[in-house]
Amino acid sequence: MVLNWKIGGPLLGVVFFLAVLLVQPIGVSTQFVVADGVLWEQYAPGVISQTADGGWTSPYPYFAKYAADIANPLTYSMIFVAAMMGGAFLSSVAFGRIPLRERFSPALWSANFRIGWVGRWVLAFLGGVIVLFGARLAGGCTSGHMMSGMMQTAVSGYVFAFGAFLTAFPTARILLKKEA
Amino acid sequence: MEIALAIGLGALFGLMLERIGATDPNWVGRMLSLVNMHLMKTILVAIGTASILMFGGQMLGLVEVGHMSVKEVHVGVLLGGAILGIGWAMSGYCPGTGVCAAATGRFDALFFIVGGLVGAGAYALSHPFWENIGFLNGEKWTIGAIPGSNYPAALPDLPITGDVIGIGIGVVLILVAILLPRRLSGKGAPAGEAQPEPAE
Repeated sequence: MVLNWKIGGPLLGVVFFLAVLLVQPIGVSTQFVVADGVLWEQYAPGVISQTADGGWTSPYPYFAKYAADIANPLTYSMIFVAAMMGGAFLSSVAFGRIPLRERFSPALWSANFRIGWVGRWVLAFLGGVIVLFGARLAGGCTSGHMMSGMMQTAVSGYVFAFGAFLTAFPTARILLKKEA
Repeated sequence: MEIALAIGLGALFGLMLERIGATDPNWVGRMLSLVNMHLMKTILVAIGTASILMFGGQMLGLVEVGHMSVKEVHVGVLLGGAILGIGWAMSGYCPGTGVCAAATGRFDALFFIVGGLVGAGAYALSHPFWENIGFLNGEKWTIGAIPGSNYPAALPDLPITGDVIGIGIGVVLILVAILLPRRLSGKGAPAGEAQPEPAE
């Protein structure tokens, strides 16, 4: 059972506040780019290269922005994401039991699509492609733009939230008609 | 020290995302299809709380204004947000909740992550195109002028400062969360719950 919003909301807000108080606003999607660069460099070296002054660059302009992080990926932000996974894992072990069927395909998707597990996985994969493409075009995701941005009165956060819900509401209304 | 903070804050964030149901695509799907707005209430209260604490702390001199990090607003923010929204509704995951869901043992989230790596890579290669057509040019606007920061204000001539605006918006977001009905579409109890509301 999830936390009631009257408790979960303030607690989540305190986490976002602590992040800004102690270090910097929370963000996640950049680490997908860094992970891409690391994987690419692993299997086909050359995506990043060292400059004469010891810095890092890349022939690809977008990777050049993150070349130093790709060279040394154990940054604050990458460890933060790894720790997020650890926290979520511990929480699910301590508080929640997710049934095996649910782990393969969430009940709401099983109710709305006759596509089986594999179909759900394809949908999740395609969703991932679209979400991260959009997040990088926007310069941030739900954490970095919507939550961190809106809490700082950043205009970009409000514009992002408007754009995201503009498409997310109709898409969900069309795809998820049945209530599980 | 920074590493310890990354571990502590990241773990807290992941734990909270799991506890509020954000890593559960069912809760996300119910929110986006307007049949159970519980997660929306949680998010609105969280943003409001964080805003009030941060700007309140800044006004009292307890929070370093320099820790703020405001992003540029440009056409790409709106377009990218709209693209993200489609995938969010399709999968029930966004980048942070996707990696956390995978950690809780959801196999479909692993496919979301692999897709995310492909999508981020595709964007990286198309980045010069978006740059060239000017979709990435913009200012790092905040709504009002925030004392002690150099971010330009979208509304520079307001009679109140940006931090007061931030607290005001935080209060409004929490009020919206309180007033928001649990179900915006259809009749009956909010979808997906045996009892009317998760236990307090």
